[in-house]
Amino acid sequence: MRNNIKTEEALPENTDAGHETTYTPPAASFFGYQYIPAERQLLHSFISNKLVLGATILFLLCVLCAVFAHWISPVDPLEQTLSMRLKPPIWYSEGMSPYFFGTDRLGRDVLSNIIHGLRISLTVGVLSVALSLVIGLSLGLIAGYKGGFWDGFIMRAVDIQLSLPLIMVALCFMVIFGQGLGKLILVISIAGWAEYARTVRATVLSIREKEYVEAAHALGFGPVTIMIKYLLLNAITPILVITAVQVPRVIILEATLSFLGVGVPITTPSIGLCIARGYQVLFSGSWWVSIFPGLALMILVGCINVVADWFRDALEPRSREQV
Amino acid sequence: MGLYLLKRFYQTGIVFLVITAIVFVILHAAGDPVELLLPQDATEEAATALRIELGLDKPFLVQYGLFLANASRGNLGVSYHHGQPALQLVLDRLPASLELVGISMLISILIALPLGVLSASRRGKLLDRLSLIGSLVGISSPPFWIGIVFILIFAVELRWLPSSGRGTWAHLVLPATSLALYRVALFLRLIRAGMLDVMTQDFIRTARAKGLSEKKVIYKHALKNTLIPFVTIAGMQMGSLLAGAIVTEKVFAWPGMGRLFLDSIGIMDFPVIIAWTLVVATIFLSINLFVDIIYVWLDPRIRHAK
Repeated sequence: MRNNIKTEEALPENTDAGHETTYTPPAASFFGYQYIPAERQLLHSFISNKLVLGATILFLLCVLCAVFAHWISPVDPLEQTLSMRLKPPIWYSEGMSPYFFGTDRLGRDVLSNIIHGLRISLTVGVLSVALSLVIGLSLGLIAGYKGGFWDGFIMRAVDIQLSLPLIMVALCFMVIFGQGLGKLILVISIAGWAEYARTVRATVLSIREKEYVEAAHALGFGPVTIMIKYLLLNAITPILVITAVQVPRVIILEATLSFLGVGVPITTPSIGLCIARGYQVLFSGSWWVSIFPGLALMILVGCINVVADWFRDALEPRSREQV
Repeated sequence: MGLYLLKRFYQTGIVFLVITAIVFVILHAAGDPVELLLPQDATEEAATALRIELGLDKPFLVQYGLFLANASRGNLGVSYHHGQPALQLVLDRLPASLELVGISMLISILIALPLGVLSASRRGKLLDRLSLIGSLVGISSPPFWIGIVFILIFAVELRWLPSSGRGTWAHLVLPATSLALYRVALFLRLIRAGMLDVMTQDFIRTARAKGLSEKKVIYKHALKNTLIPFVTIAGMQMGSLLAGAIVTEKVFAWPGMGRLFLDSIGIMDFPVIIAWTLVVATIFLSINLFVDIIYVWLDPRIRHAK
């Protein structure tokens, strides 16, 4: 049933879209299910889902903001203008022109901090997940392919890693290593490799004995070629799904650690730090310093979560009927 | 089953031992406690004397052995700052943390369970859509920020509830709900997904074919089978909730062990940091072990296996 989507929902999208001028697929149907070629299914379910489309656009906007932060942000996020302390957002009568979302206790612009903060969030999210992917992938491949001692050793390490709360591990390491963007990325990636390793190993084990892998052996391919060409390709789907779930989790973890004061240094414009500064002035009525950064973070993470959910449903047909 | 339990106990023991080793190595890498303990102008003799007193002159492995021996007797050193046994300090704060975690766990289950079952049985309807959007918001918002939003609304603007401290039930409402929100969202999704999965199984069709009412099918047959995997995840969440409560404890100035830990980070009070880590790890691992045992006990396929 994988290649079938219900006719009632699929047909209008297909005919109205008008991108099928040269080739019209045969209108094969099976008990009310219409056949859609596998390669067009992803695109199809993507375009037909307005929520996912909207979330993607919003997410891309956030990415653009982050990439061009230096040009977009109205002022330097770290610039302190003491005469402009705790100015409310621009729509209040006391609001001042460049400070759209107001300023914090030292006169720093909240909007500029958000824009630059998104940059830090996304950098940490992407880099540390990429790093944990590389670590988890290599160890998972080794464990699954070599077996024996290495398998046992790596899998015990995975067990230990997964049996501890992520935030606890990250906190302990950050306490020891001290603050810093690079250290933060490293610590989070150390904390996140285990899930990749476990999944990759399971995939490798399930296809290691397949004929085409044996054929590759017989043809004299080396272990590295076999691992990359045959085993890795099969693990791509679960890897993508884990990545889609990990990135938002890591972004929140970064904000949390920075909020607690053990993440990035205080001279970095991070969303977590911005919220922490807003927390200090909460009771004086300056709500904008903490509310807007948190809202921005929530929108970013929410968009990624929407896309991640869709992604998982599209790639893993078993879960399609569930969430 | 006995063998399985034995294996799980053994595994948990190994994990715990590894954690103590990691904590010990990290402690060593973190720097010389003598420098922290002595005043700036202390003499070399005083430093050496203190080093011998603390056992820092001995080889690394011997030190680790001593650390383990002391730890097994409940002695994790004396707090540099408070001058009291570190373990005692952490355990004194444990009830406050457990109270927060327990109540917020209760809230999450009480909200998520009925809502998850309802939205699964009315899939695609308004309630289902609303709870899905709600759970998306819950999963996407950082817990500490939710706490701040709650303070702003209920303590600063409306003045209904106190924003910090511990004492009455009113103090517990805001921290517990803000901590629970993420779990509500998570559990709601899990229960909904689990219910939908179970509803496609053959035994549900059989139950319907038998002529059972839809209510009985959902609550007796489907829910029961959804709950077994849910217990595992809920149990594990309880442990990570204890670690995650640090943030909530900070935002609401809740006098739990998470806040003690944060304060200790600020002043590099290593014995307290270690004590917190070991206490949280112990609780977390015991909950996992306990949940595994329940899981085995609930699932006859494992229970009756050799």
